[in-house]
Amino acid sequence: MSNFNLKVPTMASMMANGETPEILFWVGCAGSYDERAQRVTQAFAKILNHVGIKYAVLGTDESCTGDPAKRAGNEFLFQMQAMQAIETLNGYKVTKIVTACPHCFNTIKNEYPQLGGNYQVIHHTQLIADLVADGKLKTKDNKVFKGKRITYHDPCYLGRGNNVYEAPRFALEALDADLVELKRCKQNGLCCGAGGAQMFKEPEKGTKDINIERMEDVKESNASIVAVGCPFCMTMLSDGVKNIDNLSHTAVLDIAELTALSNNL
Amino acid sequence: MAIIAQILFLLAFISAVTLFYKNFKKILRNIQLGKSISRNDNKKLRWLMVLKVAFGQSKLAAKPIAALMHFFIYAGFIIINIEVLEIIIDGLLGTHRIFLFLGGFYNFLIGSFEFLALLVLFAVFVFLARRLVLKLKRFSGAEMTAWPKKDATIILLTEVVLMFAFLIMNASDHQLQKLGQAHYPIAGWFPVSQYLQVVLPTSAQALVFLERFCWWLHIMGIFAFLNYLPYSKHLHIILAFPTTWYARLNNLATLDNMATVTNEVKAMLDTSLVPPTASENATFGANDVHALHQIQLLNAYTCTECGRCTEVCPANITGKLLSPRKIMMDTRDRLVEVGQNIDRNGNDYVDGKSLLGNYISYEEIWACTSCNACVQACPINIDPLSIIIDLRRYAVMEQSQAPNSLNNMFANIENNGAPWKYAAADRLNWANNLSN
Repeated sequence: MSNFNLKVPTMASMMANGETPEILFWVGCAGSYDERAQRVTQAFAKILNHVGIKYAVLGTDESCTGDPAKRAGNEFLFQMQAMQAIETLNGYKVTKIVTACPHCFNTIKNEYPQLGGNYQVIHHTQLIADLVADGKLKTKDNKVFKGKRITYHDPCYLGRGNNVYEAPRFALEALDADLVELKRCKQNGLCCGAGGAQMFKEPEKGTKDINIERMEDVKESNASIVAVGCPFCMTMLSDGVKNIDNLSHTAVLDIAELTALSNNL
Repeated sequence: MAIIAQILFLLAFISAVTLFYKNFKKILRNIQLGKSISRNDNKKLRWLMVLKVAFGQSKLAAKPIAALMHFFIYAGFIIINIEVLEIIIDGLLGTHRIFLFLGGFYNFLIGSFEFLALLVLFAVFVFLARRLVLKLKRFSGAEMTAWPKKDATIILLTEVVLMFAFLIMNASDHQLQKLGQAHYPIAGWFPVSQYLQVVLPTSAQALVFLERFCWWLHIMGIFAFLNYLPYSKHLHIILAFPTTWYARLNNLATLDNMATVTNEVKAMLDTSLVPPTASENATFGANDVHALHQIQLLNAYTCTECGRCTEVCPANITGKLLSPRKIMMDTRDRLVEVGQNIDRNGNDYVDGKSLLGNYISYEEIWACTSCNACVQACPINIDPLSIIIDLRRYAVMEQSQAPNSLNNMFANIENNGAPWKYAAADRLNWANNLSN
């Protein structure tokens, strides 16, 4: 592992230098501020840097897409955020966006076009899958995960919401690990409990928390690692690990982190 | 004597059709109480969805046994209707088995109807057993009160009666043919009902009575069943088709942007703009059926309460009050109530009640994770989530009734562009000291 400083380019600095990045990395609020999600952001930035893609982030020009406000019923706040974001993105002449957050992904991809924001939007697991397919990321010659039992939790906004099921699985296959599906997966995947603005409130009264219900699926799979592709799922499932007996050895890792590890990044 | 039977039949036929027309028109009127919505784009794909999801029942296949049983009943229903056509013509003209001239093909038809009737009976018994003996969890829940359970049983028992009437009618007819009775020419093939002959009376007179009784029972049962539809979840046999036609075609997670809000937000961001429609007392979101759109109301009448949505709802699985099936059933119940108010007290009557509050509680709508599992699970593409979101919109934008923590989230987004209280200036801190 080399130890030189990795400089993350911003759109503003690129524009000042008269450069245009190939792709904008939309980091998202969780990826920017949440300590755990920051590590995913860093892992993905390392991957982008490693393969030499010319990318940039918005940095302090980035703001919430408005997704949690919209799902909570505050359409005004959503559209305020959306229109400002679109103004920023169009100002930088952005055409292609990658993000590690399925909620940002869904909103920018599906809900911004109607408001004047048209971009090609991909989820980071789709980019990783492409890089693996192109041979730009190491596949099976690294044995970090050899023999490890890994399962994958489909984020609702990526899977059921946008029909992206195969790319994250393809990225995981590159790890040469022992992959196992959860009993509720793909279209039948069970939510982690954070969607629809639940992330920002206490759950209603019930018999159980949703993340516990989901981690019981993970426990049943006997996987030692559960791979995720969403910062909210990361929070919910990591909390679940703490609250279920005999599960403390289960690691919750983003596909970007797993990919970075297997590529010695 | 025969002419009296024909007149009686004609009266029954006209009454059944008229009454159904009247009640069905009322349902259409109730649906039109909702906001109009245009969703006729991409006709080719919409036809494909109707063919695949409604005719082809592709989404039922998620539960193979139920899918097979449902297919037996569905095929039986459609195909045995050819027999009903013959019965209606016979009834009006005073003829007996008018399609007889089809010869060998007629025998084939009657024979296949009998096999189908047997399959329908088998499927109905399996369905009854699942509800009454095995008591599948899917068929229970807070919203599955006495009436919805009774409704399901009535539908299944009616089908038992109709199928037995059909088979006994055939068995008696067949016996009379063998006795060489006048008016009962040799016709048909009776691969199933021939085994019922052992329980039949032997005298020709009793057989004629039984044949006529079952003939009338079968057709009157069908007329009654037709008129039961408007009150029942069984309405799905008609409305499943328009419901799948009008279902959203975009990715499930896509939520429409509210155009009324767009105009106002544009005016806010650019003060030189004046919103085109200054104000027509537009309400944001929905608290009652009037403010929902017509496809949502159509969905409510179409729901057959199978519970596949609720069964996969993460909130419901973990014991919360929310049940997507209840959202649909409440919407229908409320719409029926509003319709009755109009019939009894005129268009302007206000009963002081609303869907949000009197039927659906705030606790229910706030428990939703918008995961779309309910929408995915619905065999006929009903969208309970869109109603939940519209109710949330009303609660937030018209009533400021969001849970406190969500109000804090809104304030954070407004003040610092993130749902949490972090400074916008710290957005790039994750990139500090990043080494590779």
